[in-house]
Amino acid sequence: MMLSFNAIYIIWLREMTRFFRAKSRVIASLSMPFFFLIFLGLGFNAAAKFSGIPQGIAYIDFLAPGIIGMTLLFDSLSSGLSVIWDRQFGFLKEIMVAPVDRLSIVAGKILGGVTTALMQGILILLIASGIGVKITGFTGFLSSIVFMVLIAVSFVALGLVFASQIEDMHGFQLITRLFAFPVFFLSGAFFPPDNLPVWLRYLTYVNPLTYGVDGLRYCLIGITHFSVTLDVLVLVCFSTLMIILSTYLFSRIEVD
Amino acid sequence: MFAIKTDKITKTYGDLVAVNNVDIEINKGEIFGLLGPNGAGKTTMIKMLATLLKPTSGFAQVWSHNILNEPDAVRRSIGIVFQNPSIDIELTGRENLNFHAIVYNLSKDLRKKRIDEVLDLVELHDKADVFVKNYSGGMQRRLEIARGLMHFPNVLFLDEPTLGLDAQTRRSVWGYIKKLNEEENITVVLTTHYMDEADHLCGRVAIIDHGEIIALDSPASLKKSIGKDTISLQVMEKDIFLNALTVSDLMKDMELHDVSSDKFLDGSLDGSLDGYLHLSVENGEKMIPRIMDLAHKEGVFVQSVDLHKPTLEDVFLHFTGRSIREQEAGKKEYMQRMMGARMRGTR
Repeated sequence: MMLSFNAIYIIWLREMTRFFRAKSRVIASLSMPFFFLIFLGLGFNAAAKFSGIPQGIAYIDFLAPGIIGMTLLFDSLSSGLSVIWDRQFGFLKEIMVAPVDRLSIVAGKILGGVTTALMQGILILLIASGIGVKITGFTGFLSSIVFMVLIAVSFVALGLVFASQIEDMHGFQLITRLFAFPVFFLSGAFFPPDNLPVWLRYLTYVNPLTYGVDGLRYCLIGITHFSVTLDVLVLVCFSTLMIILSTYLFSRIEVD
Repeated sequence: MFAIKTDKITKTYGDLVAVNNVDIEINKGEIFGLLGPNGAGKTTMIKMLATLLKPTSGFAQVWSHNILNEPDAVRRSIGIVFQNPSIDIELTGRENLNFHAIVYNLSKDLRKKRIDEVLDLVELHDKADVFVKNYSGGMQRRLEIARGLMHFPNVLFLDEPTLGLDAQTRRSVWGYIKKLNEEENITVVLTTHYMDEADHLCGRVAIIDHGEIIALDSPASLKKSIGKDTISLQVMEKDIFLNALTVSDLMKDMELHDVSSDKFLDGSLDGSLDGYLHLSVENGEKMIPRIMDLAHKEGVFVQSVDLHKPTLEDVFLHFTGRSIREQEAGKKEYMQRMMGARMRGTR
């Protein structure tokens, strides 16, 4: 198998071009995490105390990495929409008939999805620090980007897996949403998983986003539930698996 | 060597057989046409050859590469212009061409030169930097054709290349297809339901109906195979002329056909009342002067002459019993078959 860097580059460039031309979509997709952060963060900050949040950590500080995880999750998954879009408007034929191996196509798509998700994740992080979330420092910020990339790769690839199997736009949105909400709520983004009943707690342990959020929290506010090593390990394994799966499924796509 | 060779290639959708056990050999350098009505299986055939659909059974070799296990090698050898839109309408025309050029590994200099070339060809230069969503249907089509030509493929597939184009653009597309075929030695495989297109462009034509090849030859041979030319004459003194004709040596090269009885006449030349004579001949254009000579010699006044040569339309009618122009009927039949297949599938 020969990776075609030309193909990866131009597929990525196309995603970027389209992203920057659809400004309203960017604003719309940023609004949800923004409201979550503002209303939940500021609201619960004064009202609620979750057990499991260490002393001296404000709720909004605890929440912010979770919201970044959420932004990445939703944005990454929905980047699979570009495949559905391409299928509906016929451009997928142009891509599928190209003399490049399917891994390059998937890589280009993933790179595009990761870049847009990353930009939004960082934007939410900047907004968070703007409204007073305390971040440990610049190295924390830089290392958090590593986790953002890992989370984005995982779920962009998973979005492509869905997109390779679902042909219509509404079906895709329905299924990704159905999938994304439990993944998000059971990731420890809102509250420490220890507050959950045991059987639900186990679900959080098999949820890759849990480890992503945990890693982000370590980088940004310095607390961790598992260990950073485990977080990285789980995310690397999961994202590799998703890349392999999405490439395999992509190579089997038939376009009518 | 063949450019394309299929071996019992078949594609079924449930109970519907779209392509049925087709064996075709397409020579390098020829313009080969798949001619048939909508739903005949032309597009399915091309998509299998272009590695976009996997055959249910059988296989094919494209430029000596197996479509089943060497898809990338096949893709490198071919270019394709799809019947349905396959351009990104959110990008400009130039961006679409640039995408294609980079995916197909054209060098930077060649890329620029080639984009200008193909834009000139389809006369879209002044629209190159406009978003494709603001193009008219015909402009989008022209852009697709330009894109298919970008990378000098060995085999170029054209699925209904001139569908929806105005007569003038059609002509220029035909011209460029011929030019590409001759100058770059590109093998062209096109599907069409336009008789004149197949006739004008193709060295050989396969007539396809219900997923099967029912005839395959050059347009001229196909037309010859179903009958000779017909010369229709209207003469004043028909009996005199008929008598003269039957004793002349022209009879070696023709048959007389009488409109009133609709049968070929051998000897008994009881001509029709309206003064028309129908002569079945080969090379009608060469026979007409000889007939006129005879008429002149006999002092018979010929009022009108009409020459009808068999068309591919006649060929299709001959082999299928229906006209290819019965588009609506054909579509309806196709839909019914699809529906039938679906209903059976859910049972």
